[in-house]
Amino acid sequence: MSEALLRVSGLKTWFPIRSGVLQKVTGHVRAVDGVDLAIPTGSTLALVGESGCGKSTVGRTLLRLVEPLAGEIRFDGVDLAALGQRALQPYRRHIQIVFQDPMASLDPRMRVRDIVAEGMHAFGIGANAKERTERVAALLRRVQLDPDQMHRYPHEFSGGQRQRICIARALAVEPRLIICDEATSALDVSIQAQILNLLRDLQEEMGLTYLFITHDLGVVRYLASRVAVMYLGQIVEEGETEQIFNHPRHPYTQGLLAAVPSVDPARRGVVAQVRGDVPSPSNPPAGCRFHTRCPKVMDRCSREEPAPKFKGDAMSRCFLEDSV
Amino acid sequence: MTAVLSVDGLETSFPVGSRRVAVVDGVSFQVAAGEVLALVGESGCGKSVTALSTLRLIPKPGHIDRGTISLNGRNLLELSVGDMRRVRGREAAMIFQEPMTSLNPVQTVGSQVAEAIRLHERTSAGDARRRSIELFDRVRIPDPDVRFDSFPHEMSGGLKQRVMIAMALALHPKLLIADEPTTALDVTIQAQILELLRELQREFDTAILLITHDLGVVNELADRIAVMYAGRIVEEGTREEILTHARHPYTRGLLRSIPSLARRGQRLEEIAGVVPPPRDWPAGCRFCTRCSEVLPRCESELPDARNFSSTHSARCFAIPESAS
Repeated sequence: MSEALLRVSGLKTWFPIRSGVLQKVTGHVRAVDGVDLAIPTGSTLALVGESGCGKSTVGRTLLRLVEPLAGEIRFDGVDLAALGQRALQPYRRHIQIVFQDPMASLDPRMRVRDIVAEGMHAFGIGANAKERTERVAALLRRVQLDPDQMHRYPHEFSGGQRQRICIARALAVEPRLIICDEATSALDVSIQAQILNLLRDLQEEMGLTYLFITHDLGVVRYLASRVAVMYLGQIVEEGETEQIFNHPRHPYTQGLLAAVPSVDPARRGVVAQVRGDVPSPSNPPAGCRFHTRCPKVMDRCSREEPAPKFKGDAMSRCFLEDSV
Repeated sequence: MTAVLSVDGLETSFPVGSRRVAVVDGVSFQVAAGEVLALVGESGCGKSVTALSTLRLIPKPGHIDRGTISLNGRNLLELSVGDMRRVRGREAAMIFQEPMTSLNPVQTVGSQVAEAIRLHERTSAGDARRRSIELFDRVRIPDPDVRFDSFPHEMSGGLKQRVMIAMALALHPKLLIADEPTTALDVTIQAQILELLRELQREFDTAILLITHDLGVVNELADRIAVMYAGRIVEEGTREEILTHARHPYTRGLLRSIPSLARRGQRLEEIAGVVPPPRDWPAGCRFCTRCSEVLPRCESELPDARNFSSTHSARCFAIPESAS
């Protein structure tokens, strides 16, 4: 494995729960509760999990859009979590994010040219406005938009085209890591295919590194080299994509994969191995956090918390690992 | 098999600028007792408008201009408003994508189900409560007698969808319309709801009209599939005919653009361009602007439905005569 561009260790992001007239802190939502991740340069790590597992909070914490409570975020060796806002500024250029809803992340009153050029301006890319406009045109062409449309407003574009604008804006500052937070989840499947292909081409061309946050396992298999499965604030399994899909070790990963409907008529009948709902992250179950829904639960699972177990560079957090 | 629901030549229009555009344009289909027909397509294809038209729930300024909608032999378009209200809930029920917006937030979920029963039947409050709790148990809501007194915000999305299903089935309707019933749910919750719908459908012999964009969900539930594009049904057939022997270029493109678990590494097939807005729909085949097999006549002539078996038909000029 090549050197990791991003290495996260012991990351914790908690949100206070306040109540009463005095807004006293009465507890915490432990959205991210001890996460370790490493993404080698030029590869794609998929962070998957269901609603409320904390995957989006991981993405936001990496950009320090929310502040971590503890842990290291090492980007190219430098711990971003320890930097002050001023020292962090130059790194903001290297990590960009693309969100699920492009309409909500594009200023409706700005023209596409200015949206894409804004970051260049902030980081001093391009000598003057004319040069930046030329760069915008080149970027729009690269994401397969018509550069002649750069003076239009976001609402004049379709959902897929708007997501292309967001990608062009991210690329404008020449980032090294792009976080895609459900970037294709709101798109129709024929449009999603266009965007996924584009992201893959850009990675090959520019050597980009991706953190792909998604709930869609089909997308994961298409794009990711490694997969981390998250449940209630923790990574329960991490490994090479094919390994995870062909031989999932953790019962949660197994349940997740068994629940995905196939489009092959011969393979009908998803199995709901994992029953019930995800418990609240403000009060996660004691012991293994998955034990309340686990089909293979044992006595000790409700008392002790399983430590990460490694097989090669693949990790799973389950007591079943002890018995094999 | 006799059809429970038979829709013929349905046309529903909305005003676009100074004229009206039929966003559902000559749609016909039938659903038999105990059968699931899936109406699939991407955003804006008219599948939801078709579903809403079926129960005459089209909001103004939308209007049903033409066609017949016959439920158990009665044309719903000829019924008075009062008679139509008696049909909804008793003979035909509907569940939606977002259970939160379909439930009253200031009323307990149990009282809402009991109310639905008492709207259609003369029965005591105690009996309606008892039956509601039985239904909650039937849709596997844990602790049904406690949950009867819960408010919607105290329940998860999966539980709320179970409440909606309980309410829909309270009066044993002959027809259930399910509009994206699992789209807002996580995959492990979706698997449980799919299991439940399959079970209930067998038990009650309900005809189900399933509206969805997710071909995996279609494969799980449907017996037959109708594919919609820009207001028209372009292909129809059994689940296997559509999923493995699709003939229409749109259906085939749609299937190939899904990043499925089975096909890693292969480039996703794209359908070029975007669905045109209704005001720009071409005069002939509406897919002609994006079709890779387009012929000169496609732009001006509307293709008739061609039959490939007694159950399989498609509207396309480009399908070769002989190929199987």
